[in-house]
Amino acid sequence: MPAVHCPDFFPLQQSMSASSMSASSMSAFSCRYRIGWSLRWIFGLAVTAISVLSPVSAQSAPGNDLLQPGTMQARVAACTACHGEQGKAGADGYYPRLAGKPSDYLYHQLLNFRDGLRLYRPMTHLLAGLPDDYLREIAAYFADQHVPYPPAVRAAVSPDMLEHGRVLAMQGDPARGLPACVACHGTALSGHSPAIPGLLGLPRDYIGAQIGGWKNGLRRAAAPDCMADVAQKLTPEDIGALSAWLSSRPVVEPYQPDPAGETALPAECGSQAQR
Amino acid sequence: MKRIIQYCLLVLFAACVVVVGVLYWMGTRDDAAPSPVVVQAGAGGTAEGQRLVEQGRYLARLGNCMGCHTVPGGQAYAGGTPIPTPFGTLYGPNITPDPQAGIGGWNADDFWQALHNGKSKDGSLLYPAFPYTEYTRVSRADSDALFAFLRTVTPSSQPSRAHELKFPYDQRGLLAFWRALYFEPGVLPTDESQSVQWNRGRYLVEGLGHCAACHAPRNSLGATRAADGLTGGMIMGLDWYAPALTADPVRGLGKWTAHDIAALLRTGMAQHSTASGPMAEVVLGSSQYLSEADALAMGTYLKSLPPTQGSPDASSGSQSDAATQPSNAVMDRGGKLYAQHCAQCHQDQGQGSGLAWPPLAGNPTVTAPSPINAIRLVLDGAYAPATAANPRPHGMPPFGQVLGDNDIAALVSFIRFSWDNRASAVTAFEVKRVRDASR
Repeated sequence: MPAVHCPDFFPLQQSMSASSMSASSMSAFSCRYRIGWSLRWIFGLAVTAISVLSPVSAQSAPGNDLLQPGTMQARVAACTACHGEQGKAGADGYYPRLAGKPSDYLYHQLLNFRDGLRLYRPMTHLLAGLPDDYLREIAAYFADQHVPYPPAVRAAVSPDMLEHGRVLAMQGDPARGLPACVACHGTALSGHSPAIPGLLGLPRDYIGAQIGGWKNGLRRAAAPDCMADVAQKLTPEDIGALSAWLSSRPVVEPYQPDPAGETALPAECGSQAQR
Repeated sequence: MKRIIQYCLLVLFAACVVVVGVLYWMGTRDDAAPSPVVVQAGAGGTAEGQRLVEQGRYLARLGNCMGCHTVPGGQAYAGGTPIPTPFGTLYGPNITPDPQAGIGGWNADDFWQALHNGKSKDGSLLYPAFPYTEYTRVSRADSDALFAFLRTVTPSSQPSRAHELKFPYDQRGLLAFWRALYFEPGVLPTDESQSVQWNRGRYLVEGLGHCAACHAPRNSLGATRAADGLTGGMIMGLDWYAPALTADPVRGLGKWTAHDIAALLRTGMAQHSTASGPMAEVVLGSSQYLSEADALAMGTYLKSLPPTQGSPDASSGSQSDAATQPSNAVMDRGGKLYAQHCAQCHQDQGQGSGLAWPPLAGNPTVTAPSPINAIRLVLDGAYAPATAANPRPHGMPPFGQVLGDNDIAALVSFIRFSWDNRASAVTAFEVKRVRDASR
């Protein structure tokens, strides 16, 4: 599928063409067009191709000797075993993507797993002996990884259910005191720097499981726990509709969190003050 | 005749009462308290008071007090840490200077009473999950320093959580009989035939370091016996194996130098092995703060221990005999898995790579009599403990989610019997048991 591979092999063009065309309109034609347009960047391309191809070959042939002790890539091998090379998400849809998420968001999750606010034994076990500074460094490493998103999978649910999810995400339900997802998670649902994650590019089961986790206390954040308050007001139907709609949305590049401090949040959230 | 039987029964009953009485007296009597150090506890203003507090801060690290008295992410010394045992779960109490919830109402004598005699301020007997069986060897001067330091930590009003013990273990009075059998209060006299360094090492290993809490075998009543020494065993309630600290070359520290031991204590890493599981927690919270001299003293003392003889675990087969050798098929399968998943970091010959990835050849964690630690590490992965010498440790990935019980059994069997390693094979059943227990 050229539209997917194109930015993978020619990242220079991706950033240059971002202003003139949206990534969702990318086609095989636009890929070819951009290759021709960029011939004068041939040296840059050669260098880039080498640097980009190396991790690709690392993915296809696990067990080769690419990991070098002392590199960040080697230090986080315990993470990427489940979360995928560069944190691009695990194979089975249960282990979420880490790559490109806001750095403070990832840092807070590491802290919360380690200190028992967020309950998942394998994570708590791995993080038990790691100091804050190192967790911050690991978070920054994954926040800096930019790998393409896989195409969204449209959930096999009724149009009514998808529409219910869309309305909740985009408009909320003021009658029930439910803010829209976009009110905090970014106008394009791509997150909000420095500590609010984007909601696209995540598997449906994962989204459902997380909202469920907020509801029953398996997942918590620093007080006041605004997301727990939101989750308490969501019905099972709401959760099903939201996870179906969010997971069906394609990730539109550039998928970057909104800059910090741009909008006032509708609720006070302890996670935004957590350092 | 009837009268004779009655008489005998009466004598028997009286003898029982006497025995019970003597045991109760033995279990509740106090060791004579040496006179306290003449320093005003909490007088942090004076130079001497400040020195005492700093000494206590260091000793609190050595004793790993926070390990049981602080929950992860919680307030220091406010308690609440669960301590799982076969008798139920105990919770480390609040030992901050809060007058109600903590030990703010205690004085240095009360603290000594707890540390040395295993009794609370009100005289009630303490459960030996608080290792007063070892702490009793701490000197009065060090006890006073610890107390002076604990007076300076931030008070917490969080009440201590009640222990959740099964009957009859929830009957505190019965501890008197346990103590009569297994507890002897008293500081260690200096062994004049040994060096100052050796004596210091023994003081730390047998006292505040409470190494025996994990590294000595425990009987069914949870007691360790000095006669058994630090011969290793399963850690009660934790499902990890604590290796022998004796001079045995395979099961113990025979191939280690005192400097290797000091390095493991202070950095979490040594040339043979990296601390994992409960020992990683010890390095993290306690032994990394040891001074170089104290760490070396502990190494020196441990190196003087005789080889393991007749320990309960010695018979369970660290050295493989024909019956427990892995089959060729298992070695083939394990070898393929090793090349695919492990060799990238641990290298073809299990030699590891520097301090980032420990060797598996000759690694006592791999060749221990019990394979449980190796199985757990493959299942769950681990980070080496972060220490001043290694603040950004490398991590071992978990494989429990990608490899089944048969594969992990073959893999662990392979590393236990490859290169010069000669430890027993592992069955899929053992892997399953560990997997189920750690869920």
